Amino acid sequence: MNFILENLSEVYFICFCILIGVEVIANVPAILHTPLMSGANAISGIIAVGAIILLLQTPPTDYLNLALGSLALLLGTTNVAGGFFVTHRMLAMFNSKK
Amino acid sequence: MLAVLETTYFLSILSFLGGLKFLSSPKRAKLGNTLAAAGMVLALVASIVAFSADALPRLNLILIASMLVLGTFLGRIMSQKVEMTKMPQLVSFFNATGGACAMLIGVVEANQGTGLTWVQESVLLIGSATGAIAASGSIIALRKLSGKLKDRRSIGLQVLSKLFVLSLIALVVLIPLDVIGLSFFQGTLIVVGIALVYGVLFVLPIGGADMPVVISLLNAVTGIATALAGALYNNKVMLAGGIIVGAAGIILTIMMCRAMNRSLLKVLTGSFNVGSGTKNDSREQNIIQTNVSETALQLTHATRIAIIPGYGLAVAQAQHLCKQLEKLLHQRGTVVHYIIHPVAGRMPGHMNVLLAEANIDYELLKEMDEVNDEMSTYDMALVIGANDVVNPAAEEDDDSPIYGMPIIRAHECSSTVVFKRGMSKGYAGVPNKLFEHKGCKLLFGDAKTSLQEIINELKLV
Repeated sequence: MNFILENLSEVYFICFCILIGVEVIANVPAILHTPLMSGANAISGIIAVGAIILLLQTPPTDYLNLALGSLALLLGTTNVAGGFFVTHRMLAMFNSKK
Repeated sequence: MLAVLETTYFLSILSFLGGLKFLSSPKRAKLGNTLAAAGMVLALVASIVAFSADALPRLNLILIASMLVLGTFLGRIMSQKVEMTKMPQLVSFFNATGGACAMLIGVVEANQGTGLTWVQESVLLIGSATGAIAASGSIIALRKLSGKLKDRRSIGLQVLSKLFVLSLIALVVLIPLDVIGLSFFQGTLIVVGIALVYGVLFVLPIGGADMPVVISLLNAVTGIATALAGALYNNKVMLAGGIIVGAAGIILTIMMCRAMNRSLLKVLTGSFNVGSGTKNDSREQNIIQTNVSETALQLTHATRIAIIPGYGLAVAQAQHLCKQLEKLLHQRGTVVHYIIHPVAGRMPGHMNVLLAEANIDYELLKEMDEVNDEMSTYDMALVIGANDVVNPAAEEDDDSPIYGMPIIRAHECSSTVVFKRGMSKGYAGVPNKLFEHKGCKLLFGDAKTSLQEIINELKLV
């Protein structure tokens, strides 16, 4: 209980994020489900920020962790870039059919 | 500096929200994607600048820069090369990379981290476990989508799967409390290992037809893993981005389940009323076969034609021929509509993407719900590469495994031609009752060849 009171603003933040996340996609036409899923997938690639923070705080002699961290960043960036590019490609197709 | 970073993060979060909002409307979807991508670049650049404020070793910066370049390059190549029919596999793959990233971050943090409180340790454990589940689960989903893995259901598997969940929960509670006698790093490795296996066990029993639901769910799981990593680093942009994706992903999953009239629970346990369907299997079906000329002739007499495309059409790469056929019929003054089942293709909306690839007019695409009550106004239906989504057993036969699934009522059209390769069953493995309906004829052969021949004949008349 104390834990929640001490972190009250975080709890509010999380609750509002959930509400907004639900609300923002509540009225999607089925035709856009695939691009939307792909776009949301790209956004979850924000995990790459974590990999960056991790790599910046790892001592340069700690090779194992540097390697693992680099792999993490590579995977995260692939998720971000691939996700946005593929969404773009799908949407470009919708546009060309005027 | 901190104020600048937090402001940038705030802008990024806004751009994610705006991006998702715009992605939900057909007109502004492209802008939405660009907006979210811009927010992402902003967040990444701001993080590098802000956290490398104090003199930093060159090696780390070089690694970061090269990984960013390499990852962007890889992502771009893959997204350009993939065939549109394999889109769901690619989304699943990208989801796996995101999950694996979250998992690795947890592992490295556990290896380095000292002085974590037990709350932080639990957050780290749950975060890397969810990341691992999303990663291995997505890979299995991908293999199932490409038909390389069959469904496996057995009591043993179910028991095993439950054991793994229980042990995961137990470990996540016990390890931070320090009662096991393992170092935190060892504990994390064990949790990650169990989670990886659990991801496989979780997806294995789920039917191939339910894979889109699973991918959407695993996407939400990656979001949760991201949010937990954000909580660990006390990083607002990760926390908000992750939660938004998690919440949106769960809603999308529920929407998909509703479209298929399946409960999420049944999807997850892989129960598809398997046993009951078998008794119909032995029964011979009375079918009427037709040929290309007859179909072409029928088409010239029809005034309103419904084309019901399925995944088979896309696999045969016949969308472009479909477009040609539609054009020819259009010139004769025939009305042609495409009727899209919500889960046609391998993902909701996938069929729309596939048809858009062939420049098919958006106006001619009709959603199932839009036209299902007036299906009898079409005097002819062409079912191309679809099977389960036009099976009237879903409405008539409460013994059928697919009973309750919404279908396009092709059987209400006075005549139907089903393009089929052979008498094989659809994805759900159920015999199609439509074939026994009066007015339903089957045109055997490759959809692409059949369409081409019909087009040739139509050009002559």
